[in-house]
Amino acid sequence: MTLTAATATVVHTTATTAAAGTHGFLSPTGVEIAFLLVGLATFGAALITVTTRQLVHAALWLVVTLGGLAVEYLLLTAEFIAWVQVLIYVGSVVVLLLFGLMLTKAPIGRSPDADSDNRWAALTVAVAAAGALVWVVVDAFRTTWIDLDGPAAGSTAVTGASLFQNWVLPFEALSVLLLAALVGAIVLSRKAKAETSSPPVNSQATTGSSPSVPDSRNHPVERIDPAGQEGAR
Amino acid sequence: MHLAYPAVLSALLFCTGLYGVLARRNAILVLMSVELMLNAVNLNLVAFDVWLSKTARDTLHSGQALTLFTIAIAAAEIGIGLAIVLSVYRNRGTSDIDKLRDSAEGHESDGPDGGALAAEQADQAEQAGKAEATA
Amino acid sequence: MTTTTLAVLVPLLPFLGAAAGLLLGRTAPGFVRPLAVLPTLASLVLAVLVAVRQGGHQAIGAATELTPTGSIPIELALYIDGFAALVAILVGVVATCVQIYSTGYLRDDPRYPSYAALVSLFTSAMLLVVYSGDLIVLLVGWEIMGICSYFLVGHYWETPEARAASIKAFLVTKLGDVPFLIGLFALATDAGSFRITKVLGTVASGGLDHPTLIALLLLAGVAGKSAQFPLHTWLPDAMAGPTPVSALIHAATMVAAGVYFIARLLPVFEASQAAMVVLAVMAAVTMVGSGLAALAQDDIKRVLAYSTIGQLGYMTGALAVGDRGAAVFHLLSHGAFKALLFLAAGVIIHAAGTNSLAAMSRMRGLRDRVPDAYWTMTVALLALAAIPPFSGFFSKESVLGAAEHVATGHTESAPGAAGWITLVAGLLTALLTAAYAMRLWLLTFHGRGAEAPDHGRQPLTMTVVLWVLAVPSLALGGLAYRSLPGWFDGRDLTPALTTSVVGTGVALVGGIVTYTAWRHTTALVARVPLGAVAAHPEGDAGLVEAEAIASHKPAYGDVAYAPDPADPGRLLLGPLHRHAAVGFHLDAVYSALFVRPVLAGASLVRFLDREVVETYVRGAGALPRLLGAAVRRAQTGNVQTYVSALLAGTVVLAVAALLVATGA
Repeated sequence: MTLTAATATVVHTTATTAAAGTHGFLSPTGVEIAFLLVGLATFGAALITVTTRQLVHAALWLVVTLGGLAVEYLLLTAEFIAWVQVLIYVGSVVVLLLFGLMLTKAPIGRSPDADSDNRWAALTVAVAAAGALVWVVVDAFRTTWIDLDGPAAGSTAVTGASLFQNWVLPFEALSVLLLAALVGAIVLSRKAKAETSSPPVNSQATTGSSPSVPDSRNHPVERIDPAGQEGAR
Repeated sequence: MHLAYPAVLSALLFCTGLYGVLARRNAILVLMSVELMLNAVNLNLVAFDVWLSKTARDTLHSGQALTLFTIAIAAAEIGIGLAIVLSVYRNRGTSDIDKLRDSAEGHESDGPDGGALAAEQADQAEQAGKAEATA
Repeated sequence: MTTTTLAVLVPLLPFLGAAAGLLLGRTAPGFVRPLAVLPTLASLVLAVLVAVRQGGHQAIGAATELTPTGSIPIELALYIDGFAALVAILVGVVATCVQIYSTGYLRDDPRYPSYAALVSLFTSAMLLVVYSGDLIVLLVGWEIMGICSYFLVGHYWETPEARAASIKAFLVTKLGDVPFLIGLFALATDAGSFRITKVLGTVASGGLDHPTLIALLLLAGVAGKSAQFPLHTWLPDAMAGPTPVSALIHAATMVAAGVYFIARLLPVFEASQAAMVVLAVMAAVTMVGSGLAALAQDDIKRVLAYSTIGQLGYMTGALAVGDRGAAVFHLLSHGAFKALLFLAAGVIIHAAGTNSLAAMSRMRGLRDRVPDAYWTMTVALLALAAIPPFSGFFSKESVLGAAEHVATGHTESAPGAAGWITLVAGLLTALLTAAYAMRLWLLTFHGRGAEAPDHGRQPLTMTVVLWVLAVPSLALGGLAYRSLPGWFDGRDLTPALTTSVVGTGVALVGGIVTYTAWRHTTALVARVPLGAVAAHPEGDAGLVEAEAIASHKPAYGDVAYAPDPADPGRLLLGPLHRHAAVGFHLDAVYSALFVRPVLAGASLVRFLDREVVETYVRGAGALPRLLGAAVRRAQTGNVQTYVSALLAGTVVLAVAALLVATGA
C-alpha cells in the first residue's frame, strides 16, 4: 500500500505522459469500468429528464439520475453521502417535485409545450459550455489519479468526526437556514384570505388553455375571459 | 481511478442541467434541472475530496462537508421554490415561465396601480360581456 | 453755489427723480406724483439761475476726464453758452408743464409711475445733450432720449398701433444714428478731441480734412432725430403715444435736439458748401411735403406731427443759410406753441372722445365744452401761422429774413443756392401752414351736427398748464427779438419788411382760401354721417385717447385719413390728396426697400433652420432612437432568454480567459 501510495505520489509529482507503472493511462481498473457504465446510465437518464415531453416521466427519470449518482458516490467510497443522497434527494426532493406537479395540474401524457422557444439558444450555450468545461478539465487533470485503496474516505465515522470537529458552526447555521426555509415555504404557500395586501390581477394570462381554478376570490382571471366564463357556467 | 471520469461526468451533468434550465417551459421542470446542476457540483466535490484526502492535502474533508451542506440547502431550496411556483400558479393560473413577462419592455407591471387599473378594465369587460350574454 | 455746480445739478435732479420713481413706484405710490413734478421744477429753477448768471456773456465751461481710451479721451465736460442756457430753460418749462399735465391726463393709469420716471429720465437726457461739452457725452444723452422715446411711444402697448410705432421710431432713428456715430468718430479723429471747443477750434484753423463727408454723416443722424426727409416717417406714427409725450418729445425737445446739435457745431457744417446745399434741399423738401401731407390728415395729432416736421424744416433751413440764431429763436418759440397745441389737442380728444377731425366736424358746440383749449389753441394756431404779433411771426420772419439775406448775396457764410431754396420753400410752406392751421381750427371748433357730449370739466392740472404755455406763444417773439441776439451770435433778428409783408400776405391767402373751401364743403357734413367716439368717455384722458387711437382704423379704414367728402383738404389738394394722406408713399418705399427683404431673409433663415439644421439634428437623433429600439427588443421579459445570453457571454469570457492564460 505504501509502495503504491508512494508510486502514486511519484507519478503525481512528475507529470509524465505514458509512464510504465501501476497506473497506465489506458489501463482502467474495474472501479473505473463500473464508474463509466453507471455514469453513462446517469447521463442518459439526465438527458431524458431534460428532453422528455411527459412531465411526470421527467421526474421519474430524475430519480434514476439521482440514484445513479448515489451509486457513483459509493464507487468513490463516499458511503455516507451516498445514503444521504438517496434519503434526501430521491426520498424527499423528488416527492416534493411530484407533489408540485400534481398541485399545478401538470398534464398527464405528452405535453406539446414542455419546451420553450428558447431551446436552440439553450442547446448552443449548453453544448459550448460542455465543450469548454470538458476540454479544460481533461487537459488539467490528465495525470491525476484518485487513490481508492485503503480505508473509505467517506465513511460515516470519518465524516461524522470531521463534521462535528471542524464544521460545527456551519452545521448549526444550516439548521437555522432550514428552519427559515420551512417557515418561508409555509408563508408562501398559504392560501390568501379574502383581501390580501396585493392581490395581483393577471392581466396578461389570457391563454385559452389555462385551466380555471375553483377559488374565485383569488382568481380574478375569470373576469378577463368572460366568454370562457360564460361557457364554463 | 483517473480523476477525469468523475470530473467529466460532473461537467456533462452540469451542462445537461443548464440546458434544462434554459429550455424548459414548466417551472417545475426548471427546478428539476436546477437539481441536476446541484448534483453535478456535488459529484465534483466528492471526487475531489476523495482525491485530496487521500493525498493528505485536505484533512478537513471540506469537500464532503460542503456536499452535505449543498444537499441540505438544495432540499430547502426546492421547498421554497415549489412554494413559489404554487403561489404563481394560483395567481396567474399557469406555471409557464414564458408567461411571466413582467420585466418586458412596455409591459404594464401588475403592481398596486397597474393591478387596480387592469381590474377596472377587467370589470368593465366583464360587465359588457355579461350584458352581451344576457341580452 | 458755483454756476458749474448748478449746471451739473440741472440734468442730475430729474435723473435722480427718475431713479427714485422707478424704485418707489410700486411700494410708495403716494410719492410718485411729487417725485415726477418737483425735481423737474427744481431743475427749471436752477436752469433759469444758470442762464441768469451766464447772461449771454462768456461761455461757462468745465471738464474732467471721464475715461482714457488709448487715443482720444472722453471727458465729462460742460459748455454753456447762450444757446445752451436758453434751450435748457425751454426744456425745463415744457417738461414741468408736461409733468403737471400728465398728473391729470393719466390720472387713473396703472402704469403712471414708470411713465413719469421715463419722462424724468428723458428730461435729464435732453438737458445733458444741451449742456454737454463733450461729443460722446452728448451722444449718450442722445441715445437715452431715443430709448425713452421708444418706451413712451409704446405706453399704450395694448394697441397694435403703439407697438408698431415705438419700434418704427426706434429703428428709423437708429438708421440715422449709425452714420452719426461714424461721423462723430471721424470728426474727433480729425480734431483730436471730443470736446466741442476743441473741435470748433480745429475747424476755425482749417484742420478738418474731410468736411463734406463728416457733415453728411452727421446730417444723417440729425435727419433721423429731427424727423427730416427721408427719415421723418416715424414721427406721424409716433402719435400713437400719449399726448403729453407727443408734446414734450415730439414737439418741443427731442426733435429739436438735431437742430440744436447743428447749431452747436455749425462751423463744421459751414466748412462744406455741399453739405449746406444738401441741408437746404432736405429742409425744402421736408417743409413743402409735410405741409401738403398735413392738409390730408384726419387724426388731429397727425396734423400737428406733420406740422412739427415742417417747422423743423424751417429751423434746418435757417441753419442751411448759416444763421443759427434764427434757427434757435424759432426753436424756442416753436417749442412753446407746439407744446401748447399738443396739450390742447389732448384736452380736446378727451372732451370729444375721438381724435378724428371728421367726427369733430360733425359735433356742435365743442368749443363751449373746452373753452380753455379753444382760446389757447387759437392763440397757438395763430402763432403757428406766423400772424403778427404772435411769437411765431417773429421767429419765422427771422428765418425768412436770413434766407433772403443769403439769397441776395449779402453773406459769405453760405452759398446763395441754399438761400434761394430756403426762401422759396419757406414762403410756400407759410401758405400751407396757414391753410392747415385754419382747417384744423374750423373742423375742430366749428362743426355742425349733433350736440357735443358733456363730460364735465377738464382737470385743472390740464387747463392751467395751457394758459401757462399760452403766454410765451403770445409774447415771446415780440419781447425777445431785440435781446436774443445778445445771447446768440449777435446777428440781428428783427423782421425785415419785405419778407414780413410777403410772408404774412402769403399766410393770409392760405387762411382765406381754406376758409372759402370750408364754406363750400361744410354743407356736405349733414349728408355724410361719419364718426365714432371712445367707449369709455368717463375715463381719464389717457384711456380715452388709447381707445380713440385703437378705433380709428376700424372706424375709418386707415389710421391717417378718413373718407370724408366734407373735408376742405380734399378740395384744396385735389388729385394730390390721395398721395398726401399716405405721406407720399415713402412708407411703401421703405417697406419695399428694407422691410420686405428683411422679412424674406428672416423666412429664409427660418426655413433653413427648420428644414436643414433641424433635419440634421433630428437625423442625429434617429440613429440613437433606432439603436434604442433595437436594444429594447431584447427586453422580452423571458427570464430564460436573459440567462441564456448571460451564460453564453460567460462561456465566451471563460474560454477567452483560458486562452489568454495559456498564452495561446
